[in-house]
Amino acid sequence: MIDLQGYGPRLLDGALVTIELAVLSLILAVILGLLTASAKLSRNRLIHGIGTLYTTLVRGVPDLVLMMLLFYGGQIGINMLTDQLYYAFDIDIFININAFVAGVITIGLIFGAYMGETFRGAFQAVEEGQMEAARAYGMSPLLAFRRVRFPLMMRHALPGIGNNWMVLLKTTALVSIIGLTDMVRVAAEATKATHEPFMFMIPVAMIYLLIATLSEWGFAKLTKRYNTGFGESSEWNN
Amino acid sequence: MEQLNGWFTDLLSGNVIFTANTLSFYWSGLVTTVQLVFLSLLIGVILAVPLAIGRGSKRRWIKLPIYAYTYVFRGTPLLIQLYLVYYGVVFFDGIQDSIFWVVFKQAFFPALIAFTLNTAAYTTEIFHGAIKNTAKGEIEAARAYGMSRKLMMRRIILPSAFRRALPAYGNEVIFMLHASAVASVVTIMDLTGAAYYVYARFYAPFDAFIFVALIYLCLTFSIMFTFRTLEKRLLAHLRPRGA
Repeated sequence: MIDLQGYGPRLLDGALVTIELAVLSLILAVILGLLTASAKLSRNRLIHGIGTLYTTLVRGVPDLVLMMLLFYGGQIGINMLTDQLYYAFDIDIFININAFVAGVITIGLIFGAYMGETFRGAFQAVEEGQMEAARAYGMSPLLAFRRVRFPLMMRHALPGIGNNWMVLLKTTALVSIIGLTDMVRVAAEATKATHEPFMFMIPVAMIYLLIATLSEWGFAKLTKRYNTGFGESSEWNN
Repeated sequence: MEQLNGWFTDLLSGNVIFTANTLSFYWSGLVTTVQLVFLSLLIGVILAVPLAIGRGSKRRWIKLPIYAYTYVFRGTPLLIQLYLVYYGVVFFDGIQDSIFWVVFKQAFFPALIAFTLNTAAYTTEIFHGAIKNTAKGEIEAARAYGMSRKLMMRRIILPSAFRRALPAYGNEVIFMLHASAVASVVTIMDLTGAAYYVYARFYAPFDAFIFVALIYLCLTFSIMFTFRTLEKRLLAHLRPRGA
């Protein structure tokens, strides 16, 4: 039936790279997104400005261009930095960026901006009354954040996070262009060698669809979890 | 004009990378990108309108295939779709002997097909969502006037759905502009391709890519501005009074 001509194991390895890359950059993006959201909600004008600049620049430039800039420019930039360190302080270090780390950092940076917008909207959607109630209970700011603001915020942020995750998953395909061996690159190499594009591209597309379908299901579960107390009963509350 | 010319020559004369030669590369890249994006968006919208109407149909044999199409094209990376069309086009029997081969030989048309199919899928879902959200009262009023389904679609549902779809469609246009950067992978000299060429020729990643990023930024902002102006005009009736 399907004859992968010996590319099967490599395709599976590539699929693993894709998944690892996607999950790691999602984690980075969520952290950066939370930081960006707090920067954009800050009253300090400088911090607010930096947050706005970051989200505007990143969302205005294609992912691939940013990826090429960071990947091809990153090593040169770091070399220049370490050279400066060497001349100034006589510190001799050599940092080599490998493609995987560069991929995670780039995708994390790009989606940090999108996540930032999602989280900002979600934080603003939390009713002030809830936080006032938490304070009235004598909760410390940290406890109030953990128990009240964060769970309430997640309810509004989840649809956005889900969308961003789907886009992020598809964006990981671009790392094959800058030389990381994910499943798209394996499929492209196999296609060039065997001249059978459908044989390799369609299984890869199926894996993407499978991951997308599974995560849709996962997000539906999470949404249900975070909608506790808001679901069907909200009809009576209004 | 004289002054501007002089200033421009001064700027260029001391510059090794941004010579008239490389700038013309960027220019032709800009033209290719805009052509590719504009054409695929145009054909995509033309395809998406009937598909969106069919997507909301009650008949399953119309609804399900369209849903499958949008699901597959929205669930897989554009890069894979591009590879499939680009490498797969030769598998159509006899295409290399037919007159179409003149156009399919170049990478531009496979890319155009892939982009069009991709954006049509997203646009179908956007329009479908907008059609589904038509206010019940509008439909009831149209029915009370004795409009047929076709007339109601043409005069009531579609005009108001297009307006509601405008913000989401603006995002899709920007998304398409950004996604078009992958065209450079299949040997098309678009903006990103030009930047990559300049990078490879001079080994100057910062100059090459930051310059092209600024061009993309300008394009993005002008699209955003256009859509915001359009929204202000077309959605004026939805704004709160007195605002």
